[in-house]
Amino acid sequence: MKAGVRKFGAADRRLLPEGRLAGPMPWVMAIMMFLTLLSAAAGLGLRQAARSLDADIGNRITIQIVEANPDFREAQAKIAVSELHQLAGVKGVRRIEAEEMTDLLEPWLGQGGLARDLPVPVMIDVDLTPAAYQRLDAIRTTVTDVAPSARIDDNAQWLAPLAKLIDALKWLATGLIVLMVGATTATVVLAARAALDTHRGTIEVMHLMGSTDVQVARLFQRRIALDALFGGALGFIVAAIVLMIIAHRVGALGSELLGSAGLPLVNWLILLAVPAAGVLLATLVARLTILRALGRLL
Amino acid sequence: MEGCLVASGSIVQFENVGLRYGTGAETLSDLSFSLREGGFYFLTGPSGAGKTSLLKLLYLAQRPSRGLIRLFGEDIVTMPRKRLPGFRRRIGVVFQDFRLVRHLSAFDNVALPLRVAGVEDRDLETPVREMLSWVGLGDRSTARPATLSGGEQQRVAIARAVIGRPELLVADEPTGNVDPEMAKRLLHLFDSLNKLGTTVVVATHDIHLISRIARSEMLRLDRGQLSDPTGALRNPPRMRTE
Repeated sequence: MKAGVRKFGAADRRLLPEGRLAGPMPWVMAIMMFLTLLSAAAGLGLRQAARSLDADIGNRITIQIVEANPDFREAQAKIAVSELHQLAGVKGVRRIEAEEMTDLLEPWLGQGGLARDLPVPVMIDVDLTPAAYQRLDAIRTTVTDVAPSARIDDNAQWLAPLAKLIDALKWLATGLIVLMVGATTATVVLAARAALDTHRGTIEVMHLMGSTDVQVARLFQRRIALDALFGGALGFIVAAIVLMIIAHRVGALGSELLGSAGLPLVNWLILLAVPAAGVLLATLVARLTILRALGRLL
Repeated sequence: MEGCLVASGSIVQFENVGLRYGTGAETLSDLSFSLREGGFYFLTGPSGAGKTSLLKLLYLAQRPSRGLIRLFGEDIVTMPRKRLPGFRRRIGVVFQDFRLVRHLSAFDNVALPLRVAGVEDRDLETPVREMLSWVGLGDRSTARPATLSGGEQQRVAIARAVIGRPELLVADEPTGNVDPEMAKRLLHLFDSLNKLGTTVVVATHDIHLISRIARSEMLRLDRGQLSDPTGALRNPPRMRTE
């Protein structure tokens, strides 16, 4: 048998006698994991929302034909739509119909439909490919050539502050995760050192009998890994319940923007990996802490 | 060197060894002696003479502040730390304060050196039970140290020290808490091990104990120095008595 290679069995694990949930470590890990998962879920949800926004309206422009004369307005709208259909990179052209315009303006103008003599502009939504979006000035020229009353609104312009806010929130979530990882690491280091102090006598005896540092470290890292596993599982379950409740409440709001911040299956798998990563991190940190501390002994 | 026995079959060699804790005065000074393989040695001296410190050097709990120590033919002063566990497994130690693991049963305490050395659980049942029976604790194998008397704890500590058939056995006052009959029995155990080739070093105040092992030799420490290392090592106790 090669010295120092053997792992301790169940009997040897009794060398560290405290019960599994006796100390604060599993509960602290559960809290850390819960907060980390909420931060991660927020980050993932915001990323999803940003992607959704970008995909939906990031490359969309809205053309308004602002013409007082309804006949001219209609003529320019038709020719603009026709011209847009022929442009390369135009994925879709949709003219907002009168009923939809009525619905859109209802909060300002009240019920009862639009007055016939009210010069409401014609609205045309145009979805572009990213390449076509880069050629927006050329599209603008083409449209205004055939429809001089056309005004082109770049949706990305009013979307930019929202995108920046989402970006900032994503960074905030990332920062919180980094802080949580740091706090978890510090907690494990403190727990490992406390465990070493508690069992110093036992460790000295084991050392004098020829235990290697790795043998001793395995006992502690196993203990801390189990604590982290319990904490991770509990934190994940609670976080999942909280996230599902939030998702239910957001769904009830009917907001398109908030609704786009959902968590598809792949994001749930990423969240599931967080406790596993936490256990690995705790085990590794515990091992390094113990080995370093033991290295100071003879 | 003068005053130093360096026999070819020596298991331990000290040359000008000194030990100092922190910045205080030297606890051990200029120790130069060797212990031959298979020898039986008693280490005596008044309290505070440095017996326990010398034993700590022997069982590799301390490195000396100066000097050279060779153990099993290798310099352990400059030996890399990662090699020490292999050497420690060749040494059995009976601590003065027993140092039993309080959460473990007598059985598990005695089995600990075997487990550390890699013996599988199925292979240690028989030797551990036999050893516990030998020290008279066959029926106390599940008892934890807190429920054992001082003498019983000492016997568990001795059983733990000898279970792995060490090449060097170091015992600090191993019979201090047992009755004369048990002391005789334990000494017989040490004697048996010694006859099987284990080098035994026993620190004790008990002069009667020393006289029981006729072939033993004596090291006497006084104020951190061997008072007459050469003579002491050459003359067995009986001759000194005469």
